[in-house]
Amino acid sequence: MNELVFFINNVVIAGSVTGSIYAIGAIGVTLIFSIMRFAHFAHADMMTFGAFMVLLLTTAFPAAGTAIGVPTALIMLPLAMVLTALLAVGIDKAFYKPLRAFGVKPIVMVIGSLGVTLMLQGLIRLFAGTGGQSLYVGDRKEIFRLGLPFEGARAPIVVTEPQLYLFVITIACVVALALFLNRSRLGKAMRAMSDNPELAQASGINTNTIVAVTWVIAGGLAAIAGTLLSLDVTFKPDLSFFLLLPIFAAAIVGGVGHPYGAIAGGFVVGFAETLAVFNWNVLLRPFQESFPAWLELPSNLAFVGTEYKIVVPFFILVAILVWRPTGLFKGKVI
Amino acid sequence: MTPIIEVQRVNKAFGGLKVINDCSIQVEKGSITGMIGPNGAGKSTLFNLIAGALTPDSGHILLDGEEITALPADARFHKGLLRTFQIAHEFGQMSALENLMMVPPHQAGERLFATWFKPGLVRREEDEVRRRALEVIDFVGLHHVRNELAGNLSGGQKKLLELGRTMMTDAKVVLLDEIAAGVNRTLLGDLMGNIERLNREMGYTFLVIEHDMEMIARLCDPVIVLAQGSVMVEGSIDEIQRNPEVIEAYFGSDAA
Repeated sequence: MNELVFFINNVVIAGSVTGSIYAIGAIGVTLIFSIMRFAHFAHADMMTFGAFMVLLLTTAFPAAGTAIGVPTALIMLPLAMVLTALLAVGIDKAFYKPLRAFGVKPIVMVIGSLGVTLMLQGLIRLFAGTGGQSLYVGDRKEIFRLGLPFEGARAPIVVTEPQLYLFVITIACVVALALFLNRSRLGKAMRAMSDNPELAQASGINTNTIVAVTWVIAGGLAAIAGTLLSLDVTFKPDLSFFLLLPIFAAAIVGGVGHPYGAIAGGFVVGFAETLAVFNWNVLLRPFQESFPAWLELPSNLAFVGTEYKIVVPFFILVAILVWRPTGLFKGKVI
Repeated sequence: MTPIIEVQRVNKAFGGLKVINDCSIQVEKGSITGMIGPNGAGKSTLFNLIAGALTPDSGHILLDGEEITALPADARFHKGLLRTFQIAHEFGQMSALENLMMVPPHQAGERLFATWFKPGLVRREEDEVRRRALEVIDFVGLHHVRNELAGNLSGGQKKLLELGRTMMTDAKVVLLDEIAAGVNRTLLGDLMGNIERLNREMGYTFLVIEHDMEMIARLCDPVIVLAQGSVMVEGSIDEIQRNPEVIEAYFGSDAA
């Protein structure tokens, strides 16, 4: 029974946490791709920027949360989302819009976004330093231990407070986004523009508005993903950057340009990572007696060592590109 | 008669290639004006300039007496200037019906908060739009394929969908870019009937680029002949067909 709890803690919960963060990041990447047709590499640093805004605001008003009983960082999140959305729109106006107006190829936009990445990283390090800082400035990170009502279940299921918030916020984001894309005219206009920009404009859709709305959504979601990640771990200037690859893998696995695909892809990549580094010996050990004598379980039965976790998204990416190049949900391109 | 579209001394060059050369035309309100000319005469470019997909290097474009030269295509749409495309455009990932429902402007769904907090209002407006889209799809004879993805429709059906799109909103002027190309004869008869009805009953003005002379002869008066980026001659179809200059340029010297 304790082995099962171990499995839940290390795979189900850990996978959901990683998956949620990848999913929220991948939605932004995929939306930007479907509207502007380029891979936005600066997305991870927009996540960092969002988390950094939360850190600044939380440091400035550390007591704001205790009054209501939620972590201050969470109260500052909406404000950070607005700031990150503004940054995203600003970056677009300053760097991407002139490129678009010039009619450059998508690859030039991609290189441009790499430039933005380096710039944002530099700027954030300039102000935040290079070390890690906790987003829990004035509060304490609650850890919930849920005991199981079973005979012999001594180990509890462990969920931390930010992880619970992460699940709730992820579900809220997905529902709100689905409503937005399917119900609102602006959301439909986004779908229309990703389908056929020329016709969209000839149907009275203001493409500049759609581009701005896309950046607002992508920026807001990036702030959420970055903040929740930093809440779960700790704020570091390069933390989100290392998620860039898995996030792109998630977007491609789900089908580029397909928001629901991005969500599915996020969880696929997230769970694949945690399952790959999980030590299966733990689950198999209780059955040791029923195995033949010559079969002795090695003490570490993980598919890959934790230090090689980063290869998992790579592997999934290659596999998907070989077997199902349009992604799980049929994406637009690739 | 008052002109609804005025193109005044417009020029447009792509690189060194001068496509539209000091071109001026007028389209009368309530007319079905035809535009013909040999390949490369600048018909489609002039269309794109009027619709706002391109901006002229110099000159002015007026809609109903109002200067629209600098307006983007979507703003011109909201002023009642609609177009179809030479190669039919559609939202391939949406059904034929959804394609039509994309068009009508100013729905409650456009306002974000209404979407989340006033679903009733949004649904009523959506029902209204759906009703109209169903009427239109009957009108253009696509009822049986209304739930197919538009990307899977035949070329001719996509053309009908293009015409249907122009009927979803109250247009003043509709620019039809080779609407007959790739449409079979029976369908073409319907199409022309629909254009005539829209012109007569709804007061639409049409500007039509067409290679199908039969269609031009049946629908259009007057007809503008474009050659080398400017107007060669303008008049009724009979005058045009008798004009030796036109026969030379358009039908080739052998036809004369």
